[in-house]
Amino acid sequence: MTSPIAQLPEAQLRPLLAAYEASVRSRRWHTLMIFACVAVAIALSSISAEVSPLKLADNIGRFTSYIFRLFHLENGAFVWTDPAEWYWGLARWLRLLGETLLMAYVGTLLGAAGAFGLSFLAAANVAPSRWLRIVVRRFCELCRTVPVLVFALMFVIAFGLGPMAGVLGVAIHTLGALGKLFSEVVENIDMKPVEGVSSTGAAWPAAMRYGALPQTMSNFVSYTLLRFEINVREGAILGFVGAGGIGQDLIEAIRKFYYSDVSAILVLILVTVAIIDALTTRVRHHLIGIEESH
Amino acid sequence: MARRTSFDLGEIRRRHPQHFGGLGRDQRSLAIIAGTAFALLVFGMAQLGFFDGKLIRGLGRLAEIAGLMLPPDPGNWAHVRLYVVALFETIAIALLGTLAAAVLAMPLALLAARNVTTARILRFFTRRSLDTIRSVDILVWALIWINVVGLGPFAGALAIMTSDLGSFGKLFSEAIEAADRKPLEGVTSTGGGRILGVRFGILPEVFPVLASQVLYYFESNTRSATTIGIVGAGGIGLQLADAIRTLELQQVSFIILLILAAVTAIDFVSSKLRFAMIGPRAGTTA
Repeated sequence: MTSPIAQLPEAQLRPLLAAYEASVRSRRWHTLMIFACVAVAIALSSISAEVSPLKLADNIGRFTSYIFRLFHLENGAFVWTDPAEWYWGLARWLRLLGETLLMAYVGTLLGAAGAFGLSFLAAANVAPSRWLRIVVRRFCELCRTVPVLVFALMFVIAFGLGPMAGVLGVAIHTLGALGKLFSEVVENIDMKPVEGVSSTGAAWPAAMRYGALPQTMSNFVSYTLLRFEINVREGAILGFVGAGGIGQDLIEAIRKFYYSDVSAILVLILVTVAIIDALTTRVRHHLIGIEESH
Repeated sequence: MARRTSFDLGEIRRRHPQHFGGLGRDQRSLAIIAGTAFALLVFGMAQLGFFDGKLIRGLGRLAEIAGLMLPPDPGNWAHVRLYVVALFETIAIALLGTLAAAVLAMPLALLAARNVTTARILRFFTRRSLDTIRSVDILVWALIWINVVGLGPFAGALAIMTSDLGSFGKLFSEAIEAADRKPLEGVTSTGGGRILGVRFGILPEVFPVLASQVLYYFESNTRSATTIGIVGAGGIGLQLADAIRTLELQQVSFIILLILAAVTAIDFVSSKLRFAMIGPRAGTTA
């Protein structure tokens, strides 16, 4: 059987092939250059970060044995053989976990309330003044770039050890993160309702309340719930710097090598976070459904 | 000319009763939810000690601290050098951790992707392990690695690697699952095996997406790398925590400014790179 594919004449084919070769060669060259850059960056970073594969290879046994010991009680039995012994401190841990949840809740709501006010000042389409908008944006940027833990460290100095420092740290970080997301929501609204309200002579606050707010509310709530999830995780570690919640018992257990306590608290946190994830995801899907049905 | 129209409110009320009937059922349940949320907020604030004067006293002290932080001042040039070196260490930690995680996550992602791995049980266990790794906080990983390789930046890089392994495994497997089947079928139809199918049918399509996700995580890791220093895993966080604990507040504000500048610069460069790779907006949802 003859081939059904038409062969181009040699003279026509040669330049095409040459062009193809050239384009492949230039791409290979490109890839090689990128790899070289990455390799140099890795080499420099390895020096700076004191990477030593030998030390890792020597001590990797400690990592596996650490993980192994997490699941053993003091007497050497597996943790799940004696749940009462594993969770000996359940009452105290549940109280601290409750405190963590409250910290996340209060911090999220306070931060979201602040972000709610700022978002209308920071959105390009409705902001009343350009300078105010720039100032608000930079402020939000500052609030979300500084890690929660750093805020918590400083607030511990001002407010003393305890959950208040943690709540305020969470609230400020949430303010920054949600301020940005909220203002993006406001920037994406349909401007016609706002123009409609303004055309009746309404002032800026009324235009925002009746023109912009109804379009943004479900997204605001959805982002706030998402942030609440994140803040529960954050709240669980704020105790590391003395800012309240379950983290203070977790770091104590890690520092004092109470292996079974570490795993008990970690499992407790993981289960709580998973439950909250599932709940907020359901509510958020419901909210998004509402928005789409409009 | 504007013309005044008189209208009969009673008539309008009769024609559109739904706009005048007070709160509807939806609004009533909404009001109940809002009321409960607010009550919980007040209860929480009371529990956490917001109303017993601590807040007011603390705010006064906070204002004092903020005053002491200004102007930012590193103290002397030796400090500046120390901080800049620590900053580069932080960036190095983030870079190494992210890259190592990306390399290690690739095979795991293939194991967790529905269109590559057909064994359900294997996929299930890979996914659950990735979930567990992801939900343990990076600071806990840092503390565990400090037990293994000692205090210092190496432990930090390993912590970022471990924690990102979980995230990348999930993100990569989702990207692979979203890939178009046709190239893979094309490779298979010419007689290519599974490995060749993945290499030439899937990888070229998903690689830009994966690379942009890696860059995005590199950005966010430079931020988290500042916090792992607080527990002793190297980088600028160590200097920052020390400065806060010794109340060298002008140095604190200097370090924070330094971090802000570095993060902004990295954000800028990496978002330019990401746009160049896959166009604007993609990859930012991660």
